[in-house]
Amino acid sequence: MPGWLPRFVRPRLLKEQGIVGMNARNARYIAAWNARRFYPRVDDKLQTKQLALDAGLSVPELYGVVRTHRQIREVRRELGRHEEGFVIKPAHGAAGDGILVIDGWRGDRPRRANGRTLELSELDDHISNILSGMYSLGGRPDVAMIEQRVRFSSVFDAVAHQGVPDIRTVVYRGYPVMAMMRLPTQDSDGKANLHQGAVGTGIDLGSGCTIGGVRYNRPCHEHPDSEHSIVGLQIPGWEQLMELAAGCFELSQLGYLGVDVVIDAERGPLILELNARPGLAIQIANGEGLDHRITAVDAHMVARATETAADRARWSGEVFARPITRDGTPAANHHPDAAPA
Amino acid sequence: MKRFHLPILIVLLSTIGLGVFAYKALALNLPVAPGASAETWLVEARVRYQPTGGATNVQLRIPERLPNFALLDEGFVSRGYGLNTLSAGDDRIAQWTTRQPRGEQVLYYRATLYRMGDDGSEAEYPGPVSVPDWMEPQRSAAEALIEDVRARSSDIQTFASVLVNDLTEASAASNAAVFVADNGDQRTRTETLIDLLATARIPARMVTTLPLRDGRRDLDPEVWLEVHNTRRWVPIHPISGDIEYPQDVVVWAHGTDPLLEVSNGREAEIRFAVSRSVQDALATAERFGETVNARILDFSTLALPLGTQNTYRVLLMVPLGAMIIVFLRNVIGIQTFGTFMPVLIALSFRETQLLAGIILFTLIVSLGLAVRFYLEHLRLLLVPRLAAVVSVVIMLMLAISILSHHLGFERALALSLFPMVILAMTIERMSVVWEEHGPSDAITQGIGSLVVAAAAYGLMANRQLEHLLFVFPELLLVLLAMTLLLGRYTGYRLTELFRFGRIQEAMRRDG
Repeated sequence: MPGWLPRFVRPRLLKEQGIVGMNARNARYIAAWNARRFYPRVDDKLQTKQLALDAGLSVPELYGVVRTHRQIREVRRELGRHEEGFVIKPAHGAAGDGILVIDGWRGDRPRRANGRTLELSELDDHISNILSGMYSLGGRPDVAMIEQRVRFSSVFDAVAHQGVPDIRTVVYRGYPVMAMMRLPTQDSDGKANLHQGAVGTGIDLGSGCTIGGVRYNRPCHEHPDSEHSIVGLQIPGWEQLMELAAGCFELSQLGYLGVDVVIDAERGPLILELNARPGLAIQIANGEGLDHRITAVDAHMVARATETAADRARWSGEVFARPITRDGTPAANHHPDAAPA
Repeated sequence: MKRFHLPILIVLLSTIGLGVFAYKALALNLPVAPGASAETWLVEARVRYQPTGGATNVQLRIPERLPNFALLDEGFVSRGYGLNTLSAGDDRIAQWTTRQPRGEQVLYYRATLYRMGDDGSEAEYPGPVSVPDWMEPQRSAAEALIEDVRARSSDIQTFASVLVNDLTEASAASNAAVFVADNGDQRTRTETLIDLLATARIPARMVTTLPLRDGRRDLDPEVWLEVHNTRRWVPIHPISGDIEYPQDVVVWAHGTDPLLEVSNGREAEIRFAVSRSVQDALATAERFGETVNARILDFSTLALPLGTQNTYRVLLMVPLGAMIIVFLRNVIGIQTFGTFMPVLIALSFRETQLLAGIILFTLIVSLGLAVRFYLEHLRLLLVPRLAAVVSVVIMLMLAISILSHHLGFERALALSLFPMVILAMTIERMSVVWEEHGPSDAITQGIGSLVVAAAAYGLMANRQLEHLLFVFPELLLVLLAMTLLLGRYTGYRLTELFRFGRIQEAMRRDG
């Protein structure tokens, strides 16, 4: 059957694979574990950042906040001082909308990550759009955050096209259960959005190695732009990242949480943002369903009282580690009923 | 308990909804189909007499309660007469009085009857009747006949019908022949039958019936015999012995008293005319509800002013559209712009019809998108830009209307009710999705919205469903129950079966 044709799969098979659908996610995880009153903690990135700083978790440095149109002019001077670049983002943006990455200056003109230079007025317009609520839910007025541009670790140089690869970890009741790395491509215009052609690759929670990915819902083992293998990449500071992700449970109090982390070359893993409604594409990238792992956490929680974030990260690393194959990398898939290829 | 809370609620809601629905549909005969018509009979009794001088008193027996029929409406036409209706046993008496009538007098009584099915209502047993005083030789003949008939029958009803048959087929030598001397007159035969049945201590009575035949001007009332079988009165034809009235026979009066009595008048006669008419079933049911005093109809949508009724005809369809959206989003998994925007689009399709609506929607949204992308270059703030899009949308609508009017497509003129603010928001949302997630996502969601709107329209424009929800708004409880049920659906969406189906090879790689 040609690959582009939709292929139907029996629901029973998906259930055996532990694949979680939208309805199940909304009812069993989000409605059950995410209390509405904690949403502002993750929906407002400014608040998230403050909470993370208070909890001693690493985040990109905050250079400034623009709250009114009048402040736009004032902030220009501030921006000029950051020669290494900066990121402008809406505090209430969803799905990475409205994030502008400036990675330096060409003369007095800001340069975008894709090499295109902008007029200063375009920068002002972007901030103005953010303030008027163009990227926030329901078009409510928003504030713009200006923060440190992450210099991501050189490990990813060959597999990230003009963008920031980020690592999404789903944390269930404080336990990291699944992670994937999203690698921007030329198609995705530097965005780490799987829907637009970014590559998603599953990560073995035990070792922090990538296990091969998916692009446009098809298996993919090389980065489409550089043709560099995306299997077996070791993510630096993995244990630290797991602990960071687990620690986000305390600060957000959300039982089903997506933690987006970037790896800075100097500072290691930094929390980029949190998500109260993490999507289900992570299952596709990992070639595995979430349900079995979540059941394992529930079973573990029955026996255990509260554990520290470090303990939880360690437990997840041990329990959800994949067996190591002959070539020394983690198996891409280890659910019990997977047929041999 | 918590686990059963929702199921109990769902069962409760559907039971109440369906129960009230069943009561209104079956007991009150509210029509389940739109435009249903109900058969009503207009019976006209025409009384004519010549006054002989002095004050006259005309007494006409008219029905009070009709088995199998409802008396929807009645009227008396009698100029110069005082009118009084009195209760008389199972019937009523209309009493017309006047002091100095001159020339031929004509009085009318008209009744509108509505057939409501066999009611089979029970009647109290009046108790055994006293035996009449027969003269010889009738006494011995009656007793012998009763003995003979009793031996060949099993209960009151068969006894009566065997007796009727014996009298009808009496041979000259039989006991029955004694009672059929004055053969032919149905009325006399019935009186004889009542006496004979009384000999067996069986209560029986005479009724005057009218066979309803459309267009007849001079119907003769027909006399029937009714025998009480200790539970109810069973009608028996006094000649043929047929049990139960045929279709469309209405009992007009009970007892042996004449239908018409006129004092100080001669050549008094009564004529019955019958005509059938077909009326809107809904109106008939309403009038019927008034006659049986059904309180439930006082609180129905039918009691509202007409303008409000028309509004609710549309409004009551919205929950149905909303439920379709729930189904298409959560069970099928179609993506749309805005949660309930497709319902509003579907409502506007009611004005334009489906095809024209889809074409107009596509046209306005695509033109609006083009304008929106142009406005993007002007770097406007969000709210002014939205306002600009609304203005442009309305100008586009105006242009389309004027253009189509010139081309002779009147249909496109109906789009004035197209929800332009909704359209403007759609354009805005679509353009953001277009920019952020690419054209394919935007177009997919746009088509999704249209498909959902078309599906919602398909149901919401259905006359049958509209009629059902309007006449039986309690069905909304059933809809609510179904929506609650859907709210607990945590299974896969149909589109997910394809989404995860495409990665099955990825799921199975290595292993």
